[in-house]
Amino acid sequence: MKKILMAFALFATLGLNAQSKYESAMQNGLSKMKESKTPDEMSAVASFFERVGDAEKTQWLPYYYAARNYTIAAFMNPASDKDKVAEKVNELITKAEAIENNNAEIFCLKQQVAVMQLVVDPMSRWQSYGAIAAEAIAKAKAIDPNNPRPYLLEGQYLMNVPEAFGGGKSVAKKLFEKSVELFGNFKPASVLHPSWGKEQAEQLLAACQ
Amino acid sequence: MFYQMNKMKAILIFIAGMMLAGLLKAQVLVKGTVKDNKGRILAGANIAIKDSYDGTMSDSTGSFSFKTTEKGNTLLVASNIGYKTMELPVVLETDSVVISFILKEEINELKAVIITAGSYEASDKKKGTVLKALDIATTAGANADISATIQTLPGAQKVGEQEGLFIRGGSAEEAKIIIDGTVVNNFFYSSVPGISQRGRFSPFLFSGTVFSSGGYSALYGQALSSVLSLESLDIPEKSELQVGLSPLFATVGLQQVANNKKSSYGFSYNWTNLAVYQKLVPQAPDFFKVPDFHTADMNYRFKTKKNGVFKIYAYYNSGTLGVRNPSLDSIGLWNAFSLKNQNLFTNLSFRQFLGNGWKINIAASVSYNKDEILTQVQNQQYQAVPITNISVIDQTGFSLNANQWMLQGRVVVDKRFGAINTIRFGAEVWNNADSSRFQSMNGLFPSSVNDFYKAGFAEADLYITNELAFRPGVRIEHSSLLNKMNVAPRAALSYKLGKNSQVTVDYGIFYQTPERRYLINQPPVNFLRADHYILTYQHISSSYTFRVQAFYKDYLSLLKTSNSFPTTVSNNGLGYAKGVELFWRDKKTFKNFDYWISYSYLDTKRDYNNYTALVQPTFAATHSGSVVLKKFWVKNMFGVNWSYNWSTGRPYFNPNRSPKDFLVDRTIGYSSNNFSLNWLPKIGKANAVVVLGVNNVFNERQIFGYNYSGRLRDTNGDLIRSEINPPADRSFFLGIFLSWGVDRSQQNINNNL
Repeated sequence: MKKILMAFALFATLGLNAQSKYESAMQNGLSKMKESKTPDEMSAVASFFERVGDAEKTQWLPYYYAARNYTIAAFMNPASDKDKVAEKVNELITKAEAIENNNAEIFCLKQQVAVMQLVVDPMSRWQSYGAIAAEAIAKAKAIDPNNPRPYLLEGQYLMNVPEAFGGGKSVAKKLFEKSVELFGNFKPASVLHPSWGKEQAEQLLAACQ
Repeated sequence: MFYQMNKMKAILIFIAGMMLAGLLKAQVLVKGTVKDNKGRILAGANIAIKDSYDGTMSDSTGSFSFKTTEKGNTLLVASNIGYKTMELPVVLETDSVVISFILKEEINELKAVIITAGSYEASDKKKGTVLKALDIATTAGANADISATIQTLPGAQKVGEQEGLFIRGGSAEEAKIIIDGTVVNNFFYSSVPGISQRGRFSPFLFSGTVFSSGGYSALYGQALSSVLSLESLDIPEKSELQVGLSPLFATVGLQQVANNKKSSYGFSYNWTNLAVYQKLVPQAPDFFKVPDFHTADMNYRFKTKKNGVFKIYAYYNSGTLGVRNPSLDSIGLWNAFSLKNQNLFTNLSFRQFLGNGWKINIAASVSYNKDEILTQVQNQQYQAVPITNISVIDQTGFSLNANQWMLQGRVVVDKRFGAINTIRFGAEVWNNADSSRFQSMNGLFPSSVNDFYKAGFAEADLYITNELAFRPGVRIEHSSLLNKMNVAPRAALSYKLGKNSQVTVDYGIFYQTPERRYLINQPPVNFLRADHYILTYQHISSSYTFRVQAFYKDYLSLLKTSNSFPTTVSNNGLGYAKGVELFWRDKKTFKNFDYWISYSYLDTKRDYNNYTALVQPTFAATHSGSVVLKKFWVKNMFGVNWSYNWSTGRPYFNPNRSPKDFLVDRTIGYSSNNFSLNWLPKIGKANAVVVLGVNNVFNERQIFGYNYSGRLRDTNGDLIRSEINPPADRSFFLGIFLSWGVDRSQQNINNNL
């Protein structure tokens, strides 16, 4: 009995350790992500997720969060080389897509990278990057019509476009409303899956009132 | 109790197990540095133990350190964008391990030096673009004319009385304009004496514009000075219907894009008639036949599998005009000029990726131009005067019917190899067939001339490192008319000095067949030849462009015509051009305000055609420059543009001088301030663009040269003359363009995000 219990205890300890290694690392990463304030901290979290992704090889979420954090870090740091970051992020997106094909969240990432690159030189880039961004959002909506994030991102983009050209607050407002409505029923597939954006959508909607 | 004991033990064992597990994971400190092969610190590189979660990023001093619980033989991986990922074996057992990484740079398109070959490239494919369609449409004074906008760039000379690109002391014939790989023979509307003509094609047809003011690629030839290469749009984004209205013209166009965006077709029709305009803005010459032009064009484009694109474009234009000025040879008589023109340009192009880095570009073109010109000496009643037996008057009248056919075919093959190296090679054939009938009081002179031109070319873009690139090229040409062959080597070497700055050295030999009209019934002559040497420094970032160029162009062979009758021609002409040019463009410093400044210094002399000495030619000014300003208010969708162009005076021929003072006189300097505004409102469902332009706002006096009488003298005994001025001091443009179905203004917002 003793031996059995001992073996069980050992097994449980090691087994528990092994099973939760990925999940606890991800949880750890997600909480660090919440605490990050500076671009450097965001990049550090991103590189952590990238290492997890490279070690795991079959999980797309680490790559997703790595890409997302690199993108946010670049947006936060005006001095960053956005094209260089985009190259990195696109590499991570490719890795994520190799594991998880046709995912709305990944298409959302694609839109964010394209917008990031567009902002570098809007005059000469709107044609190419604007089209990539629009296409990515359309794809995300088609894959997962109940996902609130494509509407949020689209609204965010159009909010900065003047009314005369099909943008502006009133257009963005409708998209934020739709996003908030979808957030009401949205349940992430797991605690590790993307769930961000609800507060942001509400704030932006309030800003449009 | 026993049960309790067991439970206690189990808990203890559990804790012991936990501790054991922890103990097994005793940590090792891994630290080190990351640098590149030039010893530069690399910050932000990712360091990881392969297949584990442990690792870190290098800091701003290039060092890193982290703790790991991994043990034994592992690999430490360092990666950084733009560098080759490196793995080093490490043994993790002691307290700490020190590792230093030296990463090798990857040759990369974004990072590498740009092979410019002295050109201003404008497309959104590459960074550092200079001019786009919208830039051309919003340049004050240019009236949406491609060549007029190019005249605001350094190296391009404004010549008020004649159309064409006059580049770095070169004549208009020395520049070739190319659409999708094929030469456009009559890019400009047919010449009218003393009045510069526009280009035929709208800037909105093109997605890319590459203007080379010298030292251009071996892919092109037959231009001693310069090449302007225009690349047409692929499939447009959306279908649209366009209508344009103005006191000068009316236009309607339709572009239909298939739902899958794999194909599109479109056509447009334009009618230009200056009757209303000339009533509103009086013109100095008497336009007895108001300029009247009809233009139709069509296009069809489709995408093939594997991202190939097939395009057909056809353009047809017919026009008439008649203009008369007082005769300088007899008081009360008029010199009348009338022109009937028909022009056809068709282009077919196809590009296809063949896999494995291979790409093929095929282009073909048929073009035709017909000019019917009649000049007449008229009396007060505008009747043709009979023979006066005053030869200068009688010889003024003539008629000319000229036909030009040109057929072209071209194949270019690209192969990419290594990281971003490219080799290109190909061949082209042109067949030019000109015929004309010249009738004057001396009789009828029919003529025809035919040239079959073949060329083969090859060039390579070789990136030795990210900093250093070399482009060698060679072009071999043969002309059946000259029955001669030439070999023209070209080379460009670019070196990157910093993140955004680089220097480039260009060298090349450029050949051109002399103008065919000089070669009728002539002894054999050779190709004309100019050698280019160009040094460029440029700093290009997304917010501004700065460029300095110094050049030397050696005209080793130009056409020379004898003064005897009948005229004979030879290759004995020669000349040179040298100069310095500056260009500055800034789009970021002031919000929604874009401006550029250019300056050119040119020192050029030539002895060619019927010149009697080595002198500065009539089309060259020593100093010239432009300032172009554009301000846009996004909220009101309203833009205001200003431009200022100036140049020092140009030489003109004065027959009152003794022959040894050939072309010593200079006109007054040229100066023009131009203004335009554009407003983009929404009218109903249509997106509108309203454009108003005023050229030469301040009514500055512009003299492009002088016409001299052949016989009438003033009281000093000098031949009388008249100034060559623009048809009106100030010129105006007003137009409204409506488009349905596509958010055209999307362009503008995005431009101003």
